[in-house]
Amino acid sequence: MKTIEEIFNLLKEKFGDAIIELVSNRPVESFIVIAPLEIDKVCLFLRDNEELSFDNLMILSGVDDANGKNVPDEDGGTKIEGGTVSVYYHLESTKFRNKIALKVSALRENPEVNSVESVWRHADWHEREAYDMIGIKFLNHPDLRRILMPYDWEAGYPLRKDYKNPEFYQGMKVPY
Amino acid sequence: MALKTEQMVLNMGPQHPSTHGVLRLELELEGEIITKVTPHIGYLHRCFEKHTEAMTYPQVIPYTDRMDYLASMYNEFGYAVAVERLLGIQVPERVDFIRVIMGEFQRIASHLVAIGTYGLDIGAFTPFLYCFRDRERILSLFEMTCGARLLYNYIWVGGLSHDLHPDFVRSAKEFVTYFRPKIKELNDLLTNNKIFIDRTANIGILPKETAINYGISGPNLRASGFKWDLRKDDPYSIYNKFDFDIPVGQGSMGTVGDCWDRYYVRILEMEESLKIIEQALEILPEGDVTSAIPKRIKPPVGQVYSRVENPRGELGYFIISNGQVNPFRIKVRGPSFVHLGVMNELCKGHMVADIIAILGSIDIVLGEVDR
Amino acid sequence: MGLLDKQFATDSIVVTKVDDLLNWARLSSLWQMGFGLACCAIEMMATSASHYDFDRFGVIPRPSPRQSDVIIISGTVTLKMALRIKRLYEQMPDPKYVISMGSCSNCGGPYWEHGYHVLKGVDRVIPVDVYVPGCPPRPEALLEGLLKLQEKIRNESLVKKSA
Repeated sequence: MKTIEEIFNLLKEKFGDAIIELVSNRPVESFIVIAPLEIDKVCLFLRDNEELSFDNLMILSGVDDANGKNVPDEDGGTKIEGGTVSVYYHLESTKFRNKIALKVSALRENPEVNSVESVWRHADWHEREAYDMIGIKFLNHPDLRRILMPYDWEAGYPLRKDYKNPEFYQGMKVPY
Repeated sequence: MALKTEQMVLNMGPQHPSTHGVLRLELELEGEIITKVTPHIGYLHRCFEKHTEAMTYPQVIPYTDRMDYLASMYNEFGYAVAVERLLGIQVPERVDFIRVIMGEFQRIASHLVAIGTYGLDIGAFTPFLYCFRDRERILSLFEMTCGARLLYNYIWVGGLSHDLHPDFVRSAKEFVTYFRPKIKELNDLLTNNKIFIDRTANIGILPKETAINYGISGPNLRASGFKWDLRKDDPYSIYNKFDFDIPVGQGSMGTVGDCWDRYYVRILEMEESLKIIEQALEILPEGDVTSAIPKRIKPPVGQVYSRVENPRGELGYFIISNGQVNPFRIKVRGPSFVHLGVMNELCKGHMVADIIAILGSIDIVLGEVDR
Repeated sequence: MGLLDKQFATDSIVVTKVDDLLNWARLSSLWQMGFGLACCAIEMMATSASHYDFDRFGVIPRPSPRQSDVIIISGTVTLKMALRIKRLYEQMPDPKYVISMGSCSNCGGPYWEHGYHVLKGVDRVIPVDVYVPGCPPRPEALLEGLLKLQEKIRNESLVKKSA
């Protein structure tokens, strides 16, 4: 069983600049930050390497980092400009009982991340959910549609921190 | 001679008695053979993750109840374990014991609903009545403990809301002795029923590798012949103190990983849960269940992914804290959400009537699929 | 009419008002649409199952809206589902009744504030006859709601417009 430092060094050797940093000074969990357009290759390597064999994607979560600037918008509220959104990947090896977390960050304005759907089919719906809720576009995803919200929802991505709910949806009043 | 038939699209749900809630399936049929299944979900999307961002950590617990409403106790359990990991606190031993007892009772109750409604879907009405009769007994145990039948808000971060009722241990033991023979009754009634076997054996086979790649967990993964149970393989709480087996699918009526196996693993698991409950009741320690509850929960900046073995599979909470009293982001990995994703793979090539058998056997709860 | 069984020596005629007869017939066999939404559906199932036995009030689940008299909205109504519920309601033949079961379908329940995808009360899309409070209501509460509905039907009239 390899530690996260060993895996980080291994990946750094193999992928060079695509592996950005190892964040390990936070409580409970460390993670490796990876470039958003290289993540699928890194994941494929992590899955197929005999010494690592991360065959199980436990969870894929989209997060709005809300680290941009707060600026006032037209109707008196605030919206966030700039900053990033992130995707976290938690992988597990059922063979070695090893776990690891990865993170990619993309610009909030037009976030594009490579899809890992081809590596783990499990990622399919989780990526659709991240697209639906945060608005992250997964490149090469076969079927990137909204999943939980109605297909004709036009008010944006609900889990963004500056999301505003519409007044009406198909003639029904939405607020209480 | 193969007859060429026209493609047909059949819509099933969101109001359909066998979809176990509000699920819509779009079926593409070639005659009576299914060529593609597209699940459309979100008809019960209740914005759990948005709510968590506006609530403090203890306030989230009632919302976790409402996700998987057949296994509320376990959702609280998983959430409490996750936040405790983030805070780095240890709970008193009695709390852990009571949590395990409640969790296993919940597992039995949840499997009873799964089995009862599965029988109902296939056309056997009596097992449903039998299962609900026994489930009511478990619910009255819960009611005795915390006053609620379905959504409990009982397991809190760092402890429990109440101690056990003085009569609880006796009633729980009574239930264990009452319930053991009922499993046999259920086997006679449904498990070995010829019609039931014909409808479920060799239907919807899920091979092990596919299951892992799709992230399947819990009874559905074990039915595919993979011995994987987080209670043993990634122990949390005090599960390593108990002696119990992990049943896996044997393919005794057909192929490993078919609907019948998925059903039967649940029956066997109820028996194992009874074993755990018996052991826990025997050595239940004394103590204060509220002493470790923090007055104010404000975890440090950090993140945790913590998972537990919910009756349906791996229930994970990914919590990011930014040092405030309310979570920055909570993402839930609900087992039902993941399991529903494999529907297309399971149904391809089967008859249209089998879709009911397959959907019932993966045992989803729409509240957790949509959250 | 168990009460009157074997009480008469010869064939007899019962004189009653049309309203009373029809209302009595209607309220004694309310067929419920077998349709569950969320947590409350489990309690609704428990009510129909062995312990509480909805059948004794003449309520049996019908899977089709076209053959049912009462729809129990058992759980959270989301925006995506609301239009389907409206359509189901419209498919039911008259006279039709609606029981709103649980806080969510009464007013949005715990999701009233941040539920961006939750309809705050099913009465925004269909008319409701009886509201059953609770989160979730106990089976007894649902039975009480049904009795209230029966009471309402008992006082209906064919001749004058109901208020």
